[in-house]
Amino acid sequence: MTKNLRVKSSEYIDETNRISFKFNGKKYHGFKGDTLASALLANDIHLVGRSFKYHRPRGIMTSGSEEPNAIVQINPGTNRTEPNVRATEVEIYEGLEASSQNCWPSVEFDIGGINNFLSPFLPAGFYYKTFMWPASFWEKYEFFIRHSAGLGKSPTSSDPDIYDHRNVHCDVLVIGAGISGILAAKNAAKNNFKTLLVDEKNELGGSTIFENTDFNKIDNKTPSEWLKKEIEELKSIKNLEIKTRTSIAAYHQYNYLLARENLTDHLETKNKTNKVRQRLLKIRAKKVILATGALERPLIFNNNDRPGIMLSSAVKKYSEFYGVACGNKNVFFTNNDSAYESALSLYNKGITVAAIIDIRDQSKSKIVKKVEEAGIKIYWSHSIVDTAGYKRLKKVTIMKLSNDGTSVTGSKVSISCDCLGVAGGWTPAVHLYTQSGSKLKFDDEKNVFLPNQNTPEQISVGSCSGDFKIDEIIKNLDQKLKDTLNIKETGLDNIKVEIDQESSKRNIWLLPSDKPLGKTKPFVDYQNDATAKDIKLALREGFRSIEHVKRYTTTGMGTDQGKLGNMHALGIIADTAGVKMGELGTTTFRPPYTPLTFGAIVGRNVGEFFDVFRRTPMNDWHVQNKAEFENVGQWKRAWYYPVNGETMHQAVQRESKAARESAGILDASTLGKIDIQGSDASEFLNRVYTNAWSKLGIGKCRYGLMLNEDGMVYDDGVTTRLGENHYIMTTTTGGAANVLGKLEDYLQTEWPELDVYLTSVTDHYATASLCGPNSKKILKKIIPDLDLSDENFPHMSFKEANIGHIQCRIMRISFTGEQSYEINVQASYGKDLWEKCIEAGQEFNITPYGTETMHLLRAEKGFIIVGQDTDGTMTPIDLQMDWIVSKKKYDFIGKRSLYRSDTMREDRKQLVGLLTDDPKIVLEEGAQIVSELNQSPVEMLGHVTSSYFSPNLNKSIALAVVRGGKDMMGKKLFVPMENKNINVTVANPVFYDAKNERLNA
Amino acid sequence: MFLINCPYCGERDQQEFKAGGEAHIERPKQPTELSDDEWAEYLFMRKNIKGVQFERWNHAHGCRKWFNMVRDTSNDEIKAIYKMGEKPPSQ
Repeated sequence: MTKNLRVKSSEYIDETNRISFKFNGKKYHGFKGDTLASALLANDIHLVGRSFKYHRPRGIMTSGSEEPNAIVQINPGTNRTEPNVRATEVEIYEGLEASSQNCWPSVEFDIGGINNFLSPFLPAGFYYKTFMWPASFWEKYEFFIRHSAGLGKSPTSSDPDIYDHRNVHCDVLVIGAGISGILAAKNAAKNNFKTLLVDEKNELGGSTIFENTDFNKIDNKTPSEWLKKEIEELKSIKNLEIKTRTSIAAYHQYNYLLARENLTDHLETKNKTNKVRQRLLKIRAKKVILATGALERPLIFNNNDRPGIMLSSAVKKYSEFYGVACGNKNVFFTNNDSAYESALSLYNKGITVAAIIDIRDQSKSKIVKKVEEAGIKIYWSHSIVDTAGYKRLKKVTIMKLSNDGTSVTGSKVSISCDCLGVAGGWTPAVHLYTQSGSKLKFDDEKNVFLPNQNTPEQISVGSCSGDFKIDEIIKNLDQKLKDTLNIKETGLDNIKVEIDQESSKRNIWLLPSDKPLGKTKPFVDYQNDATAKDIKLALREGFRSIEHVKRYTTTGMGTDQGKLGNMHALGIIADTAGVKMGELGTTTFRPPYTPLTFGAIVGRNVGEFFDVFRRTPMNDWHVQNKAEFENVGQWKRAWYYPVNGETMHQAVQRESKAARESAGILDASTLGKIDIQGSDASEFLNRVYTNAWSKLGIGKCRYGLMLNEDGMVYDDGVTTRLGENHYIMTTTTGGAANVLGKLEDYLQTEWPELDVYLTSVTDHYATASLCGPNSKKILKKIIPDLDLSDENFPHMSFKEANIGHIQCRIMRISFTGEQSYEINVQASYGKDLWEKCIEAGQEFNITPYGTETMHLLRAEKGFIIVGQDTDGTMTPIDLQMDWIVSKKKYDFIGKRSLYRSDTMREDRKQLVGLLTDDPKIVLEEGAQIVSELNQSPVEMLGHVTSSYFSPNLNKSIALAVVRGGKDMMGKKLFVPMENKNINVTVANPVFYDAKNERLNA
Repeated sequence: MFLINCPYCGERDQQEFKAGGEAHIERPKQPTELSDDEWAEYLFMRKNIKGVQFERWNHAHGCRKWFNMVRDTSNDEIKAIYKMGEKPPSQ
């Protein structure tokens, strides 16, 4: 039977709004305002999961994002399922389903629980030590380890939700809407700073909002009453934007922060559709005020992980805020006064508090007196040495603590209970502070790491800066706000605060037991099952660096990043190694503070919006004519045009033959085009290309090779001189942006004296390349009045003409070895031009061809493709392109490097042609080339860079880079493949029409 | 993510910029006069300082202008930004 532990109506729980939800398949009820954790606790359910390594039963430990244990799978089996969600952060809604993780067959009976009994054999580093040998077995081990470990299950179908990104700019960002954050935001906004206040919870007010005791008073009101009034006032302040359910994930340099805003996770499924689920805020703030609060830390004692053992502050929050008692018979274990507040909260609601165990020998504060008056038994100088209860806490066993705190004495006392609230003091939440790159200092008195500096751009206020008491908070906040915001008045100095709290604390990182450490299980990292024993073992085995101990023991490496136990891990290491905490430092807190969904990270950039695609003006025609596409850089280029169910090979063979026998047409719009103007344009080209440009006549085209300063080929393309001081340069499709960048770099930084202007015009022009023996006839049909004779319009020249009313630039240049005309028109006329060419070419069976055929045709001619036949290690000499390197020019980019001892070596890899002895065998691109088959190991001479079956030569051809290949003409080499060795012969890379007779045919 | 004050456009997000390595390495005026070692010094050798470093940056997705930056590489503090051709600020 389910029980109801709802104790008293809370204003944050709407008991008129009953909500049903399922946990592990069973139906339960909660109310509007409940988290999954509070609703489960109200149904007396503590056991929600199993631990990672030992599969020990684990319960809800906290009430916030620091939760290590109660991580669940939300809506299992649906396309909205989400693993590793903290039950303490899930707001329940009608129809919510959740299930336990890391257990099989169920959380109640988990086979993996046997690991708990095997735990003596599973020490720190067990996996590292055991699965090392033999190394080749790792893949087999891995299969089982991956299946036995692992937390939740990722969804298997696509995410139906919409995610979004938003850029936010503000003067002041306040992180955390507890008392400090609210007062800081109010002052910032009132002083005309554009302010953004964010909090991960759905209600403002932090822990002060349920601070209802009358021990602390602000202006004669309870802190919660007083703060509610402040929050009410916030709503009327201009300049202030408040975002709840918004968690800062990362704090980068220059006050750049990422936040996840949750918009629909708390809504019923039917209300989630067509809404943005989460929004990633990219915040740039002039000033950041960190008011992230503090996390209560547990105490480390034997078997401190059973369901029913919780943080004392969480017990209080469940009682005060959610109106839920976490147990019928409660015990507290503490080293400071905060547990007494929790105890009184329960007592005032009529819930039994059986005892308080305090490791201090006394406290004189009023609250302790009040607890004593209430008749609650306090055991001073006692420690818990063991707990009992497998799936739910049943009792705790205590003993007297020795004066030095290192051992226990006397007889054991057992106290039965079903809930234990643990209070180990407060740890400032400095995670975001350290993410920003700022340093921490250790405060020996408070035993905490604190922010070491406030800068004009960033301050920490409230308990995250070590001010735990309300009077301290308000006093220090007053000064910090005046300094940071440069304001005279805050109104905070008039606030009257009465507090009665003693800050005395006795800090013992690892509490002793009557049993030796080896026989106990004091958990430090709950999620990853790292115990104090593991940490000590790591130190014994020689680990000293805190980062190494962390990795070896996996302490702090769970999804919670050890928010609860990291301080104890450091403390135990410091105590054991005999060093000071401050010297030890901390491990690094990494973003995100709490896990982020992939959806929030990618935002709208999914599906076709994942990356930017560029399409040519002729794209629609290619699509209509069933082209297959390939990605070239960001471009979608027509790859080949299969007809009648052709394979790629068949299509490419047909296209290649057609282009040489009659006419082909290629969409060359993607080539990079840079407009170069200025009185020094010729001189500029002289400096950036290897060949000479000064004498190029107006209306002429020239092929150029561009090197890096290291002498390696960077890009190539044809540049045309349009006028005295006007050129248009073409670059490779993929290299366009980089070439422009490189040219700008030299112009602006090395040669600012040159009068040259560069403009990218790639997108301004569409280019159709007509190619083949009939190309001239087709062009004649389109532009009848242009004199196409070889005398008037020879190869490597340029004409301007009109096709009807369309102006065009025509270059007679060729990348295929055939007579070709590249017709450039304004991009918007591109498709029109293309269709005119196709129509005019009908009688010549004009064949559109794609990039694959272009590659094949140029390979027949031995033309290189930068990036395919070169890889950033090839000089023009290596490519046997000495002819393009000017000997006369004094300098050009990369020239000096061509005379370095390394680039002049004879045994560099050089570009050659390869012919297979069996002309039917087509080599694989990337295949290795050797000269010996009977040697082992054998020297690799080079590799195949381009390889095709040439339909025009009816044999296989290939380009390759081969060490010393220049002098190997006719030499027999081998290409060893998996199942066979292919015999090849080194050949001239120009396979087709070596005398270039077809260009003018 | 830096906030970079482009001398031509004002403050912009780092993602609009491209880093261009160490600044004030002038391309030799007469490369052919240099020995292999001297040329290699220009071509390959960079200081890669931990601390204050003079760097080139380019507002690649903005005005496309190159400029210089003085940055402390240990904490990414940008100490100064100045145009190409201007004298570096004295430290």
